Amino acid sequence: MKPVRGRVILLALAVILSVILFIPSTPLFNHMPTWWKQYLPSKGITLGLDLQGGIHLVLEVESDRAVEIAIDRVVNNMTELLTEKKIPVESIKRTSPTEITVTLPSPEGKDALLKLTDDQFPTLTANSPSDRVLVFSVKADEAERIKKQSVSQALETIRNRIDEFGVAEPLIQQQGLRQIVVQLPGVKDPGRAKALIKNTALLEFKMLDEDSPLAKELPSRVPAGKEEEILKTFGPRVPPDDEILFERTVDKESARVTKTAYLVKKRAVLTGDVLTDARVSIGEFQNAYVSINFDNTGAKLFERITAENVKKRMAIILDNTIYSAPVIQERIGGGRAQITGSFTTEEANDLAIVLRAGALPAPVKILQDLTVGPSLGQDSIAKGIRSTLVAGIVVVVFMIVYYRMSGAIADFALMLNLVCLLGALAGLNATLTLPGIAGIILTIGMGVDSNVLIFERIREELRTGKPVRPAVDAGYDKAFLTIVDSHVTTLITGLALFLFGTGPIKGFAVTLCLGIAINLFTALVGTKVIFDLRNRAGKIERLSI
Amino acid sequence: MIEILGKTSIDFMGWRRYSFALSGLLVLLGIIALIQISRGSANLGIDFAGGTAVQLKFEKPVSIEKARETLLKSGLAEVELQEFTSDNKLLVRVKAKTTIEEKVAEKVLEAFRKNFPDNPFVVDASTEIGPTIGQKLQKDALIAVGISMLGIILYVAARFEFRFGIAAAIATFHDVFAVLGIFYFLDKEITLLLVTALLTLAGYSLTDTVVVFDRIRENLKLRHRDPLDVIINKAVNQVLSRTVIVSLTVVLVLIPLTLFGGEVLHDFSLALLMGVVVGTYSSVFVASPLLILWKGTPGKLLRRH
Repeated sequence: MKPVRGRVILLALAVILSVILFIPSTPLFNHMPTWWKQYLPSKGITLGLDLQGGIHLVLEVESDRAVEIAIDRVVNNMTELLTEKKIPVESIKRTSPTEITVTLPSPEGKDALLKLTDDQFPTLTANSPSDRVLVFSVKADEAERIKKQSVSQALETIRNRIDEFGVAEPLIQQQGLRQIVVQLPGVKDPGRAKALIKNTALLEFKMLDEDSPLAKELPSRVPAGKEEEILKTFGPRVPPDDEILFERTVDKESARVTKTAYLVKKRAVLTGDVLTDARVSIGEFQNAYVSINFDNTGAKLFERITAENVKKRMAIILDNTIYSAPVIQERIGGGRAQITGSFTTEEANDLAIVLRAGALPAPVKILQDLTVGPSLGQDSIAKGIRSTLVAGIVVVVFMIVYYRMSGAIADFALMLNLVCLLGALAGLNATLTLPGIAGIILTIGMGVDSNVLIFERIREELRTGKPVRPAVDAGYDKAFLTIVDSHVTTLITGLALFLFGTGPIKGFAVTLCLGIAINLFTALVGTKVIFDLRNRAGKIERLSI
Repeated sequence: MIEILGKTSIDFMGWRRYSFALSGLLVLLGIIALIQISRGSANLGIDFAGGTAVQLKFEKPVSIEKARETLLKSGLAEVELQEFTSDNKLLVRVKAKTTIEEKVAEKVLEAFRKNFPDNPFVVDASTEIGPTIGQKLQKDALIAVGISMLGIILYVAARFEFRFGIAAAIATFHDVFAVLGIFYFLDKEITLLLVTALLTLAGYSLTDTVVVFDRIRENLKLRHRDPLDVIINKAVNQVLSRTVIVSLTVVLVLIPLTLFGGEVLHDFSLALLMGVVVGTYSSVFVASPLLILWKGTPGKLLRRH
């Protein structure tokens, strides 16, 4: 017989280690002495979103839009450059998601233009379908670079926004090429958090087109939800360089939302990327507004634009919604502006956060949204613990009734199994989910399997008239291979679940796999040690099995 | 010593005509279910089909009819409602065709807020899944099933011989199909969690089968003179008490989980519960007789001298 002492020490070590690892997951950890907190593990099992409450979002960055936006910026720059260099053009337009078409008044200017663009916009390739038309397209690798960058930039921006919003232990990571996973455990106001993440927060300043006759015809009090009709009615008459945008007004008394339609120039005179700061302030009438500061370039530009457009109206637009459209009274220097509009302090606060964190390089789409309220999580934990207890007690009692003393030994192995499983989960900082709890319960049920196999085998050996000790040894020996085979097959399915499962299901796979592996150890080592110890104490005539 | 079964000598192989008929029926159910699922006419959960699910907890009881009427008025016609009367919970499901951008969840909440002003509620959970994610989850689930099945066949074939591997795989598929079929005909929702349960029960049923096969292999090595069906019968009888007792302990564990585990785990544990029963049946009545049924050259283990 193999020496018993080594195995007893091994078991004891496993139990002590498990307890040390598991303690941080219990409230007991707070009462531990300082040296304990300092030198021993302090991170335990994390609760999954389904138990803790919170949100899980999968976002997709519409990176094709990022390319379009980048091209639009090139169109703006090109227009300015050509005006500056006095090269006459008929039109400059983005004609497809990746192409700019420039039409010249006569074929003469073409070479000068080509030379200039080669110099200034090296990422574009030009070709000329006719002698007055030039088509510039973005090189494929440049478009790919913009797309990639848009995802990493979106990731960074969302991270900044969430940091400012204040969430404990958020998880924000890229998944695949274009997707971003955001997990916010324990968020109390999911709607607000989602809006904060999802808003592109593209701040634009655009001039109103007040010269067009259409501007005076647009209605000023449209009930919310009727925007589509307005666009349908007036859309065909909108000049090519203009668009219709709406301002949202909330009536303070009735809380009714109405919209005002404006005709604005498509081209933005200034965008939010020149911002350095955004803060909430409270005005004279207790109305919240956001004051913004521009950087040097922005301040100069803003001063020039306001000087050129005195007495004209400028719209302040966030994500294609007009916040206000004030008349420019005079030239504004100093690089400061205010965004007013009908919002609550909380909304103003969130607006300041998104403006500070910067705009998303492209809109994001929510592909998956799982939100769990905190009360459901508490409920699930309570139910999980209750079912675990009931299941545990039922199995423990059954084993003792059926196998007597040996059943008690199997129950001991079961306890050992649970302790080590919890310890291992804590040691790996695994995430415990509701299906994960089911996995633990299942491990209790399946955990006795190995011992039942062994006990039935021992009974068989005893029936043939063997004495106790050889019968026990033979039982373990003969059951050994069967136990290994049956565990490996279950492990295979567990691994498949782990590799392809998401969220809660991964949690289930982790507990199942760990449970099976630990079970192999406790069943083969744990119970055998006790039988051996009893055998050492003296020859047993009859085994209680 | 308490024994549920004691020493038995039941002629399992003799019953194979009846058991094969029953199993054929069960598998047929499963195949119909699978066809219906792939045609999209099964009750697919929103995690596969895409859509929105909102679970609300009201202060006072809400009748399903009234809730449906309310939602209909707000333009949400194709909804599925399910109530958990014990704690005034209502589950609202709106399947696919709608994208998240349409904010179905918000519409639902607004409808209830407006029409049940004296019955406030909290949102227990809300899930919105876009169709692309649903398709990806479907694909992932299929890959997981495929890989685990392949892994199992290879492992059993390597440890025993090819014939055993195929028999074990058939028995395992049989169990998965049977439970899937029963779930389909009970009009239960086919969700990701159900697929998890099916894979788990595949693992469990396989464990059961492997235990029986192990004994068959052992007996084959010991006594070569008996006919094959006698040897198999004896092996099945020898491990019968183990098979029944283990299934019993797992069933004992699953019953409280089904009863007290809450709505999320209810179907999951129900599927496992059925799976354990079917799996136990199949390793005795399906997997083992399949070994005899197989004509052709036997491998090293089964060859008579």
